[in-house]
Amino acid sequence: MTPAPLPLVPPPAFRLGAFLWKLVLTPGAALSGTVAPALRAALGPHLPPAGVEAVLALLCFVAMSGFVTVTALVLTLAERKVAAFFQNRKGPNRVGPWGLLQPIADVVKLLQKEDTVPRAADRPVFLLAPFMAMAATYMVLAVLPFDRGLAVTDLDLGVLYITAVSGLGVLSILMAGWASANKYSLLGGLRSAAQIVSYELSPALVVLSVVLFSGTLSVQGIVERQAAGWNLWAMGPMGVVGMLIYLTAGTAEINRAPFDLPEAESELTAGYHTEYSGMRFSMFQLAEFMNMFVVAALTATLFLGGWQPLGPLAALHIPGYLWFFGKSGAMVFVIMWFRWTFPRVRVDQLMTLEWKILLPLSFLNLIGVALWTALGMK
Amino acid sequence: MAFTVTVMGLLIFAAAVAANFAGMILTSTILGPKRRNSVKDQPFECGSLPVGPTHTRFHIRFYLTAILFLIFDIEVVFLYPFITILRPELGVTGLWIMGAFLAVLVFGLAYEWRRGGMEWD
Repeated sequence: MTPAPLPLVPPPAFRLGAFLWKLVLTPGAALSGTVAPALRAALGPHLPPAGVEAVLALLCFVAMSGFVTVTALVLTLAERKVAAFFQNRKGPNRVGPWGLLQPIADVVKLLQKEDTVPRAADRPVFLLAPFMAMAATYMVLAVLPFDRGLAVTDLDLGVLYITAVSGLGVLSILMAGWASANKYSLLGGLRSAAQIVSYELSPALVVLSVVLFSGTLSVQGIVERQAAGWNLWAMGPMGVVGMLIYLTAGTAEINRAPFDLPEAESELTAGYHTEYSGMRFSMFQLAEFMNMFVVAALTATLFLGGWQPLGPLAALHIPGYLWFFGKSGAMVFVIMWFRWTFPRVRVDQLMTLEWKILLPLSFLNLIGVALWTALGMK
Repeated sequence: MAFTVTVMGLLIFAAAVAANFAGMILTSTILGPKRRNSVKDQPFECGSLPVGPTHTRFHIRFYLTAILFLIFDIEVVFLYPFITILRPELGVTGLWIMGAFLAVLVFGLAYEWRRGGMEWD
């Protein structure tokens, strides 16, 4: 008896895999270029324009929540694994294979913690502060260009908007520090505010130089202009200096080591979130991790071409969002690397670095980019 | 082409985020224990009894840093509209104007430096 000939149709599991693979390789532009207009067309006859906008905004919220959840889980695990490997140990390896389920266990644990509010605390401000932190982070995420056309919204004033809303984060830290009615929280909050406020200047100037070079304030526009060459080298030596300033000041702005004085645990217990517990504490923590991603992603967007492929590699047709996540991931790793390379700075060194080194340097950089652009103008 | 194009969409997005986190805090309030006691209500000072007022006096430097920041930040905001139209419209003439403005800024920075406004102590 001869065996039945093999069917030419691949088995269902294989077909599912092929479909998923095709989905992975879909460029983001196809998603926003077909899904959003299709939804608009389908909903248009039934809802007023404001209703259509609302449905799309809620859709964006669902997608962005999924993205934030996954990114935060990956980043918490990555932080601990990277730290472990730098110190020649294994890191979390008990929950799930290779410790992969550790972040989920952490979330379950945090959900079961008591939500304490100190009796002396300024209750409304204390309760509102974590929301403020999350709001600032999500508002920046709304304009991040994941791929061509793939962003919650593309504002004409994108870069100015990012500078403005990321400033809201300081407010949450001051609110938390003041309302906790704890002297360490207050000192941590003030230190943190002074640091963030100081380190907001040089990134703003560096971003200005990128705007000057690109001639647009839209984040998508800035990425679009880097098709010919990433700003890192298209801007000449100023690109490299600018990126270094941006990355250093960005690390300081998110209070990470070596600039983590506001959370110096040997002096201030935990800084501004000493009195927070359970879910409210984890909101601060989540905001901090997402801010790290935001700084990495903005570095990638402004200097490393965002979702643009690297020159000759464009022939591979790797979708833009993979480029974006690859570059952002590399920058996240660099920021984690900083933590295990540099010892914590003193507060006077911190202020000297910004006001006497980075700020004059970013002024010079801006002038340099202006001259460079003028040379290119004709 | 992006998903939402209006400010209203952005506001709805923010409201949905706030509602989501309120829900998470509610979940943790339901799941978590509620055992208050006098020690838990105290400000946390690593287990020892709290000493002195909680809203302590802090250094004047923080205030001066904030003022310094305000000055420079407003100057940076002045640069934004200018730099946006420099390349498409103003051209090389614009460069001279910008140079003059930046010179004033750098002079201010140098003055601040000389007067010791940037020393922390």
